[in-house]
Amino acid sequence: MRYIEPHGHMVSRTTDDYLAMVTAGCRAVCEPAFWAGFDRKSADGFYDYFCQLTDYEPKRAARFGLPHYSWLCLNPKESEDLELAEDVLALIPEFLERPNVLGIGEIGLNKNTRNEITVLERHVDLAASRGELILVHTPHLEDKLKGTRLILDVLDADRRIDPGRVIIDHVEEHTAPLVLDRGYWAGITLYPESKCTPSRAVDMLEMYGRERMWLNCACDWGVSDPLAVPKTALEMRRRGLSEDAIEGVLFHNPARFLQQCARFAIP
Amino acid sequence: MMKGSDSHADQPSAPSGDRILDQFFPEARAKLIDLAAILDRIDRYGGAEDYRLRAFHRAMEEVSRPGGADRARRVLECFSDPTTKPADKPVTPVATGAWAGERKR
Repeated sequence: MRYIEPHGHMVSRTTDDYLAMVTAGCRAVCEPAFWAGFDRKSADGFYDYFCQLTDYEPKRAARFGLPHYSWLCLNPKESEDLELAEDVLALIPEFLERPNVLGIGEIGLNKNTRNEITVLERHVDLAASRGELILVHTPHLEDKLKGTRLILDVLDADRRIDPGRVIIDHVEEHTAPLVLDRGYWAGITLYPESKCTPSRAVDMLEMYGRERMWLNCACDWGVSDPLAVPKTALEMRRRGLSEDAIEGVLFHNPARFLQQCARFAIP
Repeated sequence: MMKGSDSHADQPSAPSGDRILDQFFPEARAKLIDLAAILDRIDRYGGAEDYRLRAFHRAMEEVSRPGGADRARRVLECFSDPTTKPADKPVTPVATGAWAGERKR
């Protein structure tokens, strides 16, 4: 079985994880910029991180024959400081032409504040002005429903945004219909406790359709599983999905979305 | 909500409700007992009363409510912030799993 891991924070993982993913059938991994587990003190920290995402990490993945792509942004968890946000936003354009960059992400909201919305709007403007794809992070737990609504309002307000070129990640049962009904793609994240289990992910595919959905593990420095996507294939088989249908969700769906970026090559 | 046109079209052997019950009953039973034990543990240690437990009890009522096949959505909404306006500042530093309510603002 082939699959694409469309959301994994590989800088936080070991080479053993790369080996396991490739062995399980992973053909490409995509890494959104995210929170390091601590707030960075200056734009210089982000400059180094963007170099890591666009230079060093692709080389590390290449040792295992795995194409590595990245998304760039200031993550919403560090968006409260507007001065820092402007400094980081100014850095991003010079990295956008690097060969493994897919677009702007994972932008979005964390605690649904006015400053976070301001920074989200700035990222959306940057993406729209350059025709970049967008990957959106939706907030955690009790903040997800409100945050998803606010994010959709920001995206809908910018007439340059084509919903078919935006994926809104970490959807759950209370937010997936909101996202899909407005024409956006939806990402289901298989992450212990705070997001979604394989069984619930397959439930959502059954309830909401498979056409504009992808599955990802979002593995990072927390308790998470870089093999969550291929493991979910087991549950899909139990529910009676054919091998073609499984590969359709786990490989062809992310490929279909990502190939809207000219820098993405179908593996 | 639209339903994907391909939802079940190429499923070679769509499982029945009985088969789903066979597959998931042991897991559901274990999770329910674990849940009861967690609530017992809180009581044994002197009990607790806050917005998280209140949300929890509302969610359990939704679990028991029959029909609709949308319990997961309703449970998630029990824990969710229902307001619509952006916050001036973060209400809590991190998400706790349940909405703390207007009084925390």
